[in-house]
Amino acid sequence: MPKTVDARGRSCPEPVIMTKDAIESNPNEPIRVLVDAHVAVENITRFATGKGYKVNVEEKGEEYTLNIRK
Amino acid sequence: MGDKRKMFIYGGIIGLIGAILLKFGNPGNMGICVACFYRDIAGALGLHRAEIVQYIRPEIIGFIFGAFLISVVKGDFKSRGGSSPLIRFFLGFFLVIGALVFLGCPLRLILRLGNGDLNAITGLLGYLVGIFIGVQFLKKGYTLGRSTDQPKISGYVMPIVAVALLLLLIAKPEFIFFSAEGPGSMRAPILLSLVLGMIVGIVLQKSRICTAGAFRDVILIKDYHFFWGILGILVVNFIANIILNFDAFKLGFEGQPVAHADHLWNIIGMVLTGICSVLLGGCPVRQTILASEGDADAGITVLGITVGAAFAHNFGLASSPKGVTNNGKIAVIIGIIVVLIIAYSVVKEANKARNQKKESVKNA
Repeated sequence: MPKTVDARGRSCPEPVIMTKDAIESNPNEPIRVLVDAHVAVENITRFATGKGYKVNVEEKGEEYTLNIRK
Repeated sequence: MGDKRKMFIYGGIIGLIGAILLKFGNPGNMGICVACFYRDIAGALGLHRAEIVQYIRPEIIGFIFGAFLISVVKGDFKSRGGSSPLIRFFLGFFLVIGALVFLGCPLRLILRLGNGDLNAITGLLGYLVGIFIGVQFLKKGYTLGRSTDQPKISGYVMPIVAVALLLLLIAKPEFIFFSAEGPGSMRAPILLSLVLGMIVGIVLQKSRICTAGAFRDVILIKDYHFFWGILGILVVNFIANIILNFDAFKLGFEGQPVAHADHLWNIIGMVLTGICSVLLGGCPVRQTILASEGDADAGITVLGITVGAAFAHNFGLASSPKGVTNNGKIAVIIGIIVVLIIAYSVVKEANKARNQKKESVKNA
């Protein structure tokens, strides 16, 4: 089970900062980020791909799960 | 199309519309100014009685309609709220006081620069300092807490308020005040302002451009995505002004329209606006867009901005081309102290909670 970051309900830019902290503490481990706004999906995806990670987004109703790995 | 180019074009549309609204009658270098426009609306509703700045600005109504409609179409609309509403109210309140001491929201700052007003450079310097200070709190764990789902009707409040404002603008009952002279009397035609405002609302909702977010992301995560949008606003506004408003273009510090050249207070005023914008997660125009897509926290912020603008004129805090007032200076200093106390307390508490969580994990 990858480490999960729950950034649901967090306003901009907190989801990105939480993702950044999680990536930096374990750069090689895959992480899972939960968010509930599309703007957070866009921001995190842009940040993580910019750092050379692969991002896969699953959409479930109004919530999104981002799977981020090297 | 490349990401940067797309952002530049989105920003460019805003810059172009700023120049068009100036051409068609909005006050000097004020094609768009979110702080000034809420101030004018507060005045029109009689919340302050500064007779030269009272008008229901159709642009604001347009921003709300545009952002609301596109967010519904795109599926971004969601009724949410409950993340420290009272703190947000006061951050909005002080944000606009800083902006009205400088004389403009961050978006007008860019438009002022695009028409040669070099005081915008000192203002920008202050804004960047404010953003830098705000980012330090973000790095230390600043958060206003989670928002949660709210009743659907909550999300419709802002669009309904916009409809009400539009009706008041058209009907103009006698309890509504419209300036006969001064900046409040300078207006582009209603329909043009409304339609261009809607386009601005759509573009800003789609692109998510935010003047604070742009610089914040550069400082925080070295991401230039939104910065390209800001550059687009500036460059296209500059070019459009040269073409459309050549007579009004003036390079320099002195004698700029609806501006003053008190460098120190231009800086300090925008420091306050910068800190508040980062602590709120977005500048005034971004707050307006978020409020229109169902975010009640942003809606409360907009109310704080409107009330703050009313206070700014009731208490003589707002500057004028004559310069900064003593009351304005005192209010800005109080504002900076208050928002720093808020940010510090939030960070302290967040870290305490985080350490406790770590402890309990260790002990488990």
